[in-house]
Amino acid sequence: MRALDLGYMWDLVPVIAGYVPLTLFMAIVSMLAALVLASLLAIVRVQRLPVIDRVVALFISFFRGTPLLVQLFLFYFGLPQVLPALEGINGVSAAIFGLTLHFSAYMAESIRGAIIGVDRSQWEAAQSIGMTQSQLLRRIILPQATRTVAPTLMNYFIDMIKGTSLAFTLGVTEMMGAAQKEAAGSFLYLEAYLIVAIFYWVIVEALSVGQRALEARLGKAVAR
Amino acid sequence: MSGQVRIDGLVKRFGDNTVLAGIDLALEPGERVAIIGPSGTGKSTLLRCLNFLDRPDAGRIAIGDLSVDAARATKADVLALRRRTGFVFQNYALFANKTARQNLMEGLTTVRGWSRQDAAAKADDILRQIGLGDRGDSYPAAMSGGQQQRVGIGRAMALDAELMLFDEPTSALDPEWVGEVLDLIRRIADGNQTMLIVTHEMQFAREIADRVIFMEGGRIVEQGPPSQLFGNAQDDRTRAFLRRVG
Repeated sequence: MRALDLGYMWDLVPVIAGYVPLTLFMAIVSMLAALVLASLLAIVRVQRLPVIDRVVALFISFFRGTPLLVQLFLFYFGLPQVLPALEGINGVSAAIFGLTLHFSAYMAESIRGAIIGVDRSQWEAAQSIGMTQSQLLRRIILPQATRTVAPTLMNYFIDMIKGTSLAFTLGVTEMMGAAQKEAAGSFLYLEAYLIVAIFYWVIVEALSVGQRALEARLGKAVAR
Repeated sequence: MSGQVRIDGLVKRFGDNTVLAGIDLALEPGERVAIIGPSGTGKSTLLRCLNFLDRPDAGRIAIGDLSVDAARATKADVLALRRRTGFVFQNYALFANKTARQNLMEGLTTVRGWSRQDAAAKADDILRQIGLGDRGDSYPAAMSGGQQQRVGIGRAMALDAELMLFDEPTSALDPEWVGEVLDLIRRIADGNQTMLIVTHEMQFAREIADRVIFMEGGRIVEQGPPSQLFGNAQDDRTRAFLRRVG
């Protein structure tokens, strides 16, 4: 058994660190887009809008029922063969597109559950003072649902950050792709993959601190 | 602020169950009407139908110069009707994500389009009137049941509704908080506010109401001034009910 080459690992730190911004960029853009899309999908499902509700249910079923990697390959390698507009799509865009759709399906169901979970009396109180449906959703229901669903959404964001590592299968050199390249050159696979694992771990731990602060802030209204 | 209120032939069914079997009722401006009767007899449903929290199946509701045919009511009709009524819920139903002051401001800013500054000034004025001038920044979860219900009443007051609807406003309260809420409703009643109150507090109904209505089986069985209804009820069902609760 050989010893870990700590010197090599140390040398990799700035290399992998150089790709952190790309990983965060893909995760943050995907998360923001997924949040918007998921909220819309959730509202459609809660309001049971005819026809479109069925379409949304099918969308959610497909994106929850198939692996993320399969979806990424579909968008990057498959769809451009039949949709000329997608020809030449770069790996980063395809990854963001895939992550957005995949996670929006999961998040939509969580947001829908949180909306339904808001006490019926809150809807009625808002209606009773003459609020329109969009006013009561925006002012009363979604803020309360957000408090309930925030921990779950943060967990999805963490999953999404880790999910960006699949972008390397589309030829994107992000943190995982950089580690893969380094390992292929040095044959020090353990060191390369261990250092990239530590990078993901540190990023996620930093987010967990932010998550606790966010939950404390959102929980203010229910604190005595 | 108050116009006449007229309800004609109001019907509400839940499936095969007819909960309101054609209610006719008129309230003069400033009149205070209490509704009493056994549980499950349609009292709360009547109030909820007036605010379209439950949609009536038939009948006509008129408040001031606004008249709405229940069966044909559009979204705009429903909103217009709600904007003329204030509803006080049995379980307070304060917006949990907003402070007491924000609960009072919400209808003014979001529905009426007031500036935040004007709405806050009015909210603070009402908070003082309801004895909660120092609790404006408190969230509902940090307030007692009595305080929450007073904010619930304040929220309805803030909108200067032509008709205030009280749906058993003290039923969910611990006995220690009932007095303060009833005192507040008495003060509002003294201000010439038209109000319809569903209550199980017979003494309160006797004291505050200009007219008391006894409902049973989705119909108005008997109505009259408190002295007449409580002292000399004409219908056997009214007398039987009053004996049970008395």
